[in-house]
Amino acid sequence: MSIQELSTDQEKAVEMITCVIDGFEITVPKGTLVIRAAEKLGIQIPRFCDHPLLEPAGACRQCLVDIEINGRAFPKPQASCTIPVENGMIVKTQLTSAVADKAQKGVMELLLINHPLDCPVCDKGGECPLQNQAMSTGRSESRFEGIKRTFEKPVAISSQVLLDRERCVLCARCTRFSEQIAGDPFITLNERGALQQVGIYEDEPFDSYYSGNTVQICPVGALTGTSYRFRARPFDLVSTNSACEHCASGCDMRTDVRRGKTLRRLAGDDADVNEEWNCDKGRWAFKYEVAKNRLTAPMIRDSSGQLQEVSWPEALAAAAAGLRDAKAGVLVGGRATIEDAYGYSKFARVALGTNNIDFRSRVHSDEELDFLASAPLTATYKDIDKADHVVLINFEPEDESPIVFLRIYKQTHKRSIKVTTIAPFASRGSEKLKATVIKTAAGNEISAISSLNGLTKKTVVLVGERLSETPGALSSVLQLINQSGAKLGWVPRRAGERGAIAAGAAGNLLPGNRLVSDSAARVDIATVWSSSSLPTDIGMNTSEIINSDLQAVLIGAVDPMDIAPDAKIKLSKKFIVSLEIRHSDITDIASVVLPVAAVVEKSGSFMDWQGNVRKFEAAVAQSLNRSDVRILSMLADEIGKPINLATVKAARAEFD
Amino acid sequence: MSKLTPVLSANWDEADSFTITGYKRNGGYTAVAKALAMPADEVIQLIKDSGLRGRGGAGFPTGNKWGFIPQGDNKEHYFVVNADESEPGTCKDTPLMMANPHVLIEGIIIGSYAIRANYAFIYIRGEVAHVVRRVQQAIEDAYATGLLGKNILGKGFDLELVLHVGAGAYICGEETALLDSLEGFRGQPRLRPPFPAIAGLYAKPTVVNNVESVASVPAIVNNGVPWFTAMGTEKSKGFTLYSLSGHVNNPGQFEAPLGITLRQLLDIAGGVRNGHKLKFWTPGGSSTPIFTDAHLDVPLDYEGVAAAGSMLGTKALQIFDETTCIVRAVLRWTEFYKHESCGKCTPCREGTWWLVQVLKDLEAGKGTEADLDKLLDLCDNIMGRSFCALADGAASPIISSLKYFRQEYLDHLAAGQCPFDPMAATLFSPVGAK
Repeated sequence: MSIQELSTDQEKAVEMITCVIDGFEITVPKGTLVIRAAEKLGIQIPRFCDHPLLEPAGACRQCLVDIEINGRAFPKPQASCTIPVENGMIVKTQLTSAVADKAQKGVMELLLINHPLDCPVCDKGGECPLQNQAMSTGRSESRFEGIKRTFEKPVAISSQVLLDRERCVLCARCTRFSEQIAGDPFITLNERGALQQVGIYEDEPFDSYYSGNTVQICPVGALTGTSYRFRARPFDLVSTNSACEHCASGCDMRTDVRRGKTLRRLAGDDADVNEEWNCDKGRWAFKYEVAKNRLTAPMIRDSSGQLQEVSWPEALAAAAAGLRDAKAGVLVGGRATIEDAYGYSKFARVALGTNNIDFRSRVHSDEELDFLASAPLTATYKDIDKADHVVLINFEPEDESPIVFLRIYKQTHKRSIKVTTIAPFASRGSEKLKATVIKTAAGNEISAISSLNGLTKKTVVLVGERLSETPGALSSVLQLINQSGAKLGWVPRRAGERGAIAAGAAGNLLPGNRLVSDSAARVDIATVWSSSSLPTDIGMNTSEIINSDLQAVLIGAVDPMDIAPDAKIKLSKKFIVSLEIRHSDITDIASVVLPVAAVVEKSGSFMDWQGNVRKFEAAVAQSLNRSDVRILSMLADEIGKPINLATVKAARAEFD
Repeated sequence: MSKLTPVLSANWDEADSFTITGYKRNGGYTAVAKALAMPADEVIQLIKDSGLRGRGGAGFPTGNKWGFIPQGDNKEHYFVVNADESEPGTCKDTPLMMANPHVLIEGIIIGSYAIRANYAFIYIRGEVAHVVRRVQQAIEDAYATGLLGKNILGKGFDLELVLHVGAGAYICGEETALLDSLEGFRGQPRLRPPFPAIAGLYAKPTVVNNVESVASVPAIVNNGVPWFTAMGTEKSKGFTLYSLSGHVNNPGQFEAPLGITLRQLLDIAGGVRNGHKLKFWTPGGSSTPIFTDAHLDVPLDYEGVAAAGSMLGTKALQIFDETTCIVRAVLRWTEFYKHESCGKCTPCREGTWWLVQVLKDLEAGKGTEADLDKLLDLCDNIMGRSFCALADGAASPIISSLKYFRQEYLDHLAAGQCPFDPMAATLFSPVGAK
């Protein structure tokens, strides 16, 4: 937290507490738990049920330490995960207290008596807190000669999550996460004593969008994901920090790859964005990388209408022939990284000489482009943390941007902030947020928006992409923001949209949030691009491109059904160059198909709905697939109007 | 001090003692009129001055507990009675509620008035269906005569009393687990702080008292502090119900001032069963360390028992004579704790699971002396390490039995089996020890 932040927000000064742990003095903010304070000193107290983002439980008793306050020692060791530090507190962990050490060893021994000897077949082996802490705090030989309690295993608590009840140490991290963070109490602890177990109500499996997080925070192998079960050992995996490509929440991810195949994607740690969570889509929807219909080679449609695999030079020549000097348009789609979108943007202007480019493959309007070009989209996750009121307009966070939902839910759970939603009905997410629903039929949003009152500078207004469907609605939102001073956020569904705006991949925009209509901007960009001049007419939008008589269209990640039922037919009448990952509706009608890399195979960056950029490197090293921008560069060379963006790095550098 | 002091049990011999008619005939519901005419804080002070200590086992001063409730906070307060009597050997609250449920209700009205609660709950264990019926009827009768509901006795005090039936868990006698169960959740103890006085039932200030503690209140209001403090010892004032069970000639509830000794009580109860000798006994239910015949003269108040190395607890004196195998008794108790362990914390959940298996082997004569030390080491890792006191209750009998009867364990191992005849220990067997 910077000094600047403190003074501008006029935060109360945080009271600091000084205490002694194992002889070392430490000063920490008031409210810090003993176990956290010890970590700051590098002292690791063993634990299972404790998690920094969950409320303390004190259930596992592994973190017992000796505590003394003002000369009075607690008669028995205390759970350090439940006690906040106090001035003058003296803590002795296992390092300096024989009692604490014996207590911890005792608890560890007890944890292992009913734990099955599953390590050889358990997914968690190699990255298991129980294994690690058994090494540090456990006995080398067991004294237990009795009978362990056993259960049938595994039990599928959802189609993605499997439960091995024998391995469970009843830390309740999963049930506490589901209840406190996700608001989805689908799993609970049932039964009593050593037979206690995590369970679901059989008619309601663990259908939470966030169920995968329980697999990640489970400290043993009790909860495992079906997609990863029995597949790998962690020491075989190469991990890379990644960004998630599935929505605009902007999650930090960790991609685990073995021998060129992505085996697992875990939530990364970014306190300002996704904390340590992600949603099940981001976690488990990565198998498309190795899908059977993955494009492996460029293709051209032959005279009999079939796609044939050809070499790159052939395909690029064919594509260039169809695009060169033609009246053309570019549909970017929402998948593109910032570098790729920049590539599309430059390609349209330099190689095709047109502003007919649009990144939106969904409901859209020209009003929306004006809105996106001028609206102060400054709201952030941190603003939600401090908001007094969150207003959702045609935006269902749980479905459209799950991490935004978690952030809002955290505040409603913590301090009951007010949430208002303009929507046709109360969705499950709205009910979880205890939102006031202003029931609005589609099309009537303007009157609902004008009915909002009491917005302050600490209010956060989040607008969904669906609002573009109602003419005038986005403008009335701008009015609302101007009048109230509330913070505004626009949350698209797709990961690449916000980046595409910044890259100028729209008919009225140039890179850097500048307008096509601004002649100074045109001159500046033209200079950077070593181009004599840039086209001046505002370009067509997506529907116009599709419905027009343009001869050729370059298409990125677009599903025509997202735009209109007849879009595919209309596009099929044009010369289509498709840059795709897998066979799709567009490749069905494309004249030339050029395969591009999936997110894990390339480097790049995504811009989330806040405007925050997350850079990532390729997780699958040395993939044969290439990022869109590189393909575009080759194509531009072929056309004869190079864009000189041969690598992603070059694109990034130029864009910056 | 050897005289019994029937106060709570004074009219249990009357056939209609449990009806409102019988209760009123014996002066019932006069204390509530007195109390409601006093300022609420004076009622709290009265109970504080009386020195009444909680009769549920912990012995915490009741008046102090009532005084912890913040007043003027504009929040609902709740008065909860813990009628989940489940401590092995404890059988005082159940007969009290059977024989005189109205004294409990009167105490509840006074207590609720004192802490400014308009809702009160009795959490009663579900197994005692007959008691539930009696108490339910008593509540209905109290409502019918304007002692519960709106504007009680025209004094402007409203009180709704709800009888909630438990579902069969010893752990729900732990006050925070009780509150969770009352709220509809699984009964597992809660993290403290916050304490129930600040955030208890539905996160509001709550008092949780034992049945007998609350039932003692009307007598104190009626008879005053000096009368109450004349009974008992310096720090443990008043009268209480001692439950004697097991190998005594006349088992039952014996109401006496705190500080009486077992020798005196056995005298009144007709002594240990004929032809037998006292071997060991529990001062306060199975969760308290055992005593032997060496402790016959320990004053049975909170300080005296603590000084002798145990806890007064619920004054459930289980008497065992020389026919009883201590290992078998401890095994049975440990099986109880294992069955009742809620499972939240590792030491209790896993510890009791293991302790039962070790004790089963020892009782069958399997093992070596080293296993006794292993058993003690296990108890050392369980006692004081758990989330609530259930594990402490599980470990205490084992530790104390090894302290006083280590040789008996060794005799099992030497014999390769239990040297006692279990039939001899039963109450229906005329056969003596082998």
